[in-house]
Amino acid sequence: MPKVIYAEQNGTMHEVELPDGVSLMQGALDHSVPGIDGDCGGECACGTCHVYVDGSWLGRLEAIGEAEASMLSFADGAKPNSRLACQIKISSELDGLVVALPEAQH
Amino acid sequence: MTTSAIAAARKRAYELPIDQIDVSDIELFRDDTIWPYFERLRKDDPIHYCADSKYGPFWSITRYKDIMEVDTNHRAFSSEDGITIQIRSGGLPTPGFIAMDPPRHDEQRKTVSPIVSPGNLANLEQTIRSRVCAILDSLPVGEPFNWVEKVSIELTTQMLATLFDFPFEDRHLLTYWSDVATTDVNAGGTIDSNEKKMAVLGECLGYFTRLWNERVNAEPGNDLISMLAHSPSTRNMEPREFLGNIILLIVGGNDTTRNSISGGVWFLNQNPDQYRKLRENPQLIPSMVSEIIRYQTPLAHMRRTAVVDTEIRGKIIRKGDKVVMWYASGNRDEEAIENPDSFIIDRARPRQHISFGFGIHRCVGNRLAEMQLRILWEEILKRNRIIEVVGEPERVMSNFVRGYVSLPVCIRAA
Repeated sequence: MPKVIYAEQNGTMHEVELPDGVSLMQGALDHSVPGIDGDCGGECACGTCHVYVDGSWLGRLEAIGEAEASMLSFADGAKPNSRLACQIKISSELDGLVVALPEAQH
Repeated sequence: MTTSAIAAARKRAYELPIDQIDVSDIELFRDDTIWPYFERLRKDDPIHYCADSKYGPFWSITRYKDIMEVDTNHRAFSSEDGITIQIRSGGLPTPGFIAMDPPRHDEQRKTVSPIVSPGNLANLEQTIRSRVCAILDSLPVGEPFNWVEKVSIELTTQMLATLFDFPFEDRHLLTYWSDVATTDVNAGGTIDSNEKKMAVLGECLGYFTRLWNERVNAEPGNDLISMLAHSPSTRNMEPREFLGNIILLIVGGNDTTRNSISGGVWFLNQNPDQYRKLRENPQLIPSMVSEIIRYQTPLAHMRRTAVVDTEIRGKIIRKGDKVVMWYASGNRDEEAIENPDSFIIDRARPRQHISFGFGIHRCVGNRLAEMQLRILWEEILKRNRIIEVVGEPERVMSNFVRGYVSLPVCIRAA
């Protein structure tokens, strides 16, 4: 199964194996990774699974959609590499993906 | 409420011809007998048209998934014509950026949202905790009092005064204006016309205009008035628009958290097993806070207006129709939430409720609300006292604000 790493702001790393097709948001909830809230359950409707995608991985993700961009525009501390984890579906191409977590979800 | 009253409400809800059901009836909210009506609509007619009500014709959206669909489709369902079922007239202002569509909504929301950013919330935590402690330590022990007045209103109004940097000694005015702004003029209270409402809100505008004038000429500060006065997207607002945003912020930051604070005490008393579980395991506080907000659903609905003909579940909603998303019903939808009618403080997915709304209008202050409730319960549990409800709550007469006028309690040692 592909491995992904969630990095907290305090430096704590959470490396988890996720099955194909699961979202990066659901993966965090399933493994009790702190810092991902996922209030809307993956509908791209709350902005509480905000992550920063590490460097070269950004261009390998599917392009950002209109709803996602809109929700991210309201997120605190949004940057060019911000994404919503619910919109990132895990596949073997994403094996090794690293994302950083924001200070808090809002 | 008595078991027979619940049974009678259920009987009536299921006997009425479906087209005669009117879930905007404020009596059903005051008596808390609305639930079987929502249940019937979810089962039999989840996209329901009410042709005749005190508020004119309107659609009711009652299932969680359908509410999500409408809430996130702001292109088809606009907020510009108002976000409550009440019809605006009598010169009432639009309630701020919550009643705007993009791009104006987006700019104005972004002006005020830094006040509830994670960084600012961390700064506020100690202030909130010391106020919670002061309030709790001033409460009488062993004698009945009104929890709404002494705790819920006091705590949320102090918070609001801080966010506005509002003169602390006048803070009760914020509560008053907030209550007047959300009053249903059909409810038979002293504010029984939009003109009377506007007269009081005019005083609110006058007061806030003085604060604005002080701050617009001062260095930018980090209170809400200063933020509005110095932001390019809000500094040239007309008085009505300014008043609208002030009302949005005082209602949003006041009634909602206030009623969740009261609701939590009521629910824990109605469910002694849950209260026991909480006292045995204070780690459950964050999860309980979400459950309180779900179970209370402090705003029963939000309204939109269709701007194009739209089909949902085979029903055609026409351009111009009023569409009411009943969050209170969505939060009791058995398709989305297991055992939705039960108050359970350790649910598997407590955050997945609909009380904050979804999409671009989602509650901007949700994390501040949760923080206030969390700190309150942390401090209550530390004190090892039981908050015992000693009478029935009196509920607000409104189909918008689901709240409490009073909740008689008595504090005793655990």
